[in-house]
Amino acid sequence: MTNKQTSLFRRKLHERTIKYFFFACAATSIVVLFFIAIFLFHEGVGVFRVVEITDFLSGRRWAPARVQPILGILPMLLGSLFVTVGAMIVAVPLGLSAAVYIAEIAPPKIKNPIKSAIELLAGIPSVVYGFIGLVFLVPWLQETFNLPTGFTALTGSLLLGVMAVPIIASISEDAIYAVPRDFREASYALGATKWQTITRAVLPASISGISAAIILGGMSRVIGETMTVLMVTGNAPIIPDSICSFLRPVRTMTASVALEMGEAAKGGIHYSALFAIGLVLFTITFLLNLIADFILHRYKEAQKR
Amino acid sequence: MNRVQRRRFAQATAFALLAFATFLILAIMVGIISFVASQGIGAISWEFLTAFPRSGMTEGGIFPAIVGTFYLAMGTTLISLPLGVFAAIYLVEYSYQGRLIRLIRIGINNLAGVPSIVFGLFGLALFVRHLGLGVSLLSGSLTLAFFVLPLVIRASEEALLAVPQGFREGALALGATKWQSVYTVVLPTAVPAILTGGILALGIAAGQTAPIIFTAAAFFTPRLPDSIFSPIMALPFHIYVMASESAHFAVTRHLQFGTALVLLAIVFGINITAIIIRSQMRKRRRW
Amino acid sequence: MSATMLTVKELNFYYSKTQVLRDVNIEIPGNEVTAIIGPSGCGKSSFLKALNRLYEIIPGARVTGEIIYNGGNLLSRDVDVVGLRKEIGMVFQRPNPFPKSIYANVAYGPRLHGVKRKELDRIVEESLRKAGLWDEVKDKLNKSGLDLSGGEQQRLCIARCLAVEPKIILMDEPCSALDPIATAKIEDLIYNLKQDYTVIIVTHNMQQAARVSDKTAVFLTGGKMVEYGETVKIFENPENKIVEDYITGKFG
Ligand SMILES: Nc1ncnc2c1ncn2[C@@H]1O[C@H](COP(=O)(O)OP(=O)(O)OP(=O)(O)O)[C@@H](O)[C@H]1O
Ligand SMILES: [Mg+2]
Repeated sequence: MTNKQTSLFRRKLHERTIKYFFFACAATSIVVLFFIAIFLFHEGVGVFRVVEITDFLSGRRWAPARVQPILGILPMLLGSLFVTVGAMIVAVPLGLSAAVYIAEIAPPKIKNPIKSAIELLAGIPSVVYGFIGLVFLVPWLQETFNLPTGFTALTGSLLLGVMAVPIIASISEDAIYAVPRDFREASYALGATKWQTITRAVLPASISGISAAIILGGMSRVIGETMTVLMVTGNAPIIPDSICSFLRPVRTMTASVALEMGEAAKGGIHYSALFAIGLVLFTITFLLNLIADFILHRYKEAQKR
Repeated sequence: MNRVQRRRFAQATAFALLAFATFLILAIMVGIISFVASQGIGAISWEFLTAFPRSGMTEGGIFPAIVGTFYLAMGTTLISLPLGVFAAIYLVEYSYQGRLIRLIRIGINNLAGVPSIVFGLFGLALFVRHLGLGVSLLSGSLTLAFFVLPLVIRASEEALLAVPQGFREGALALGATKWQSVYTVVLPTAVPAILTGGILALGIAAGQTAPIIFTAAAFFTPRLPDSIFSPIMALPFHIYVMASESAHFAVTRHLQFGTALVLLAIVFGINITAIIIRSQMRKRRRW
Repeated sequence: MSATMLTVKELNFYYSKTQVLRDVNIEIPGNEVTAIIGPSGCGKSSFLKALNRLYEIIPGARVTGEIIYNGGNLLSRDVDVVGLRKEIGMVFQRPNPFPKSIYANVAYGPRLHGVKRKELDRIVEESLRKAGLWDEVKDKLNKSGLDLSGGEQQRLCIARCLAVEPKIILMDEPCSALDPIATAKIEDLIYNLKQDYTVIIVTHNMQQAARVSDKTAVFLTGGKMVEYGETVKIFENPENKIVEDYITGKFG
């Protein structure tokens, strides 16, 4: 080979090595995701030698520390569900209102300050929310509703709802902002008011982005939230069965894991059971993410046409 | 009312409600901040910030927790920032659309959705136990690094996408190789925006509790961490322990408020820095 | 008559499935200015991007055919693209100086290609002189290239291109973002460049093509090259009726 060819070859090799290095970094995320699944499964699978998976998911009692442990996570599954539904009832109207206000109505001057403020709100650590719930909301709810305890599902829902607002607001705002101008202009041209344009043209056009925001920023986050619920919902593994359960303590899956891992002996059934709960959580959020991804992707495809 | 008036009225009502909701959110935020600030400011003193806890954590300061949080945030950023920037370089500069890229993107999106406590479990199983790193600063930093990785990747991607295509074409047309064009023109242009992403990661790492409970955090350490293999105290965990797990939770309320105020101040300080850098950058950008 | 610099044979250009150039054949002479004119979207920019293989960074872009340069086909796989782009420089429609100092902009190419530090000053000065920018910027070489006016930026980009000592310079509507005075300066510059370089310039402006070029190629919508020859002849006495219509402004 001539000199020129060798140096060309060297350079190509160099470029390719760099490219593969970057590829490896990009692939890390998916590798980590895979490892998370593997490790949760590896550490959690032991529990299914003791209980059937269906009994694990639908069992109504949780007493993992007994000599003959009873491992039913239905109370926690429903606990997470209750708290999440409650939080969404708080967060979706507030978050969407803020998104519409910022994207369509706010005067340009205050638009950016509001956005920055909401961004800051999103940055408040969950332990701080939990702490404020503990010292302020818990006693307040107890007095106001004359409850035996202020550590309730409602307390968790209110806090988580406020926590989810900034995320829902900012993702929805992006979705609304992305609606092309002509949609609006066409609507105005037909003599619609601004409000009619928003409800009949803009929101329908951004509906998939907004749904994704609610699923991702709302449900997925809230189900996985740990510290806040741990600190304010009382953590009693009682099955919530009616609307009144909002005023009683509940325990979520996340709280169980955080609360009990310290006392569970490594390799024991209890330890496995907690990892199995982690696996359930992982699966739920994974599915929610796939759904959101699917909605967004289909939406993009539809937009291209 | 005629139709036009009715429509106007409906619009005015709707707008008022939307504005109300937005300002309610802002009011909640102001409420949270002023509540913590007013209750916590009394606890703040030089000693509180620079001394170790005393008397079974019922007195004294939070110095080791501040230091621990600082180390943890730094460790997390040191690991996640390069990894995230490199990943973003691949996604923006090197990859064309394709199955593999779609898969990687799904991976990133899903990683972003994994609950923080599940990261804690993962860190416990992989770093603490399997790799034998123990409950340590390193285990916690690694766990948090993967937790913030999707965010760092997204921020870096945005930073790279904001670099005009003309810069790349210009460099390549002068005979730069791909890597040279990235290294000499694209990256330097994107650095401020990438740093903003890094700063945000710092803020998130500082505020997280769930991922470090099993991987890095200790109730109390008599000394500052002397290596990356030491367990650490951290502000968020300290608040949780003092408020929820300690037997003296009632008598240490003022210390808890003080700690919460310090944590909020740190996190806000970090986030506000990022916001300011970003808006300065937008103002100064000339391409 | 100068020797042929580039011979384009049966060039086809595709973006994914859409074809934008069809069977283009041209012989481009050395040390002359060749203008490429044609209506918007007929593939002029794509043609330039084929010549320095810059199309390779566009996902889905593909070419077939041959472009003979220095006795070889520059489209073939084993050509050293980096070396090729050193010899075939390009100036873009929108001035794109890097967000670096004026000096660093001009020195960018030589630095990449390992030119010694001592020589950089000389190269920078020479290139800026050739681009007619030296007197305007010699006192502010450390200022950002982005601080210059549009016309100065474009001349900076030309200087940056000259600094790597190319043989051919491709220019894609270099004046379209500039005012008439800046345009006139660049036209003068192009006229002077042909002593040392081969220039291929895409333009929308017929008068500009007539003023600066020796040869002109007319592309029409659909990516066909319909007429090619001496500029004087194309403008005064085109063979093709469509070309006449285009040049006289009947369409396009
Ligand atoms: N990156 C791309 N992907 C797909 N199609 C493209 C791309 N770039 C250009 N095209 C299409 O290819 C055709 C030719 O484009 P090109 O830019 O070469 O035209 P042009 O003659 O330079 O036009 P103009 O005078 O407007 O600059 C156009 O129809 C354009 O829409
Ligand atoms: Mg063009």
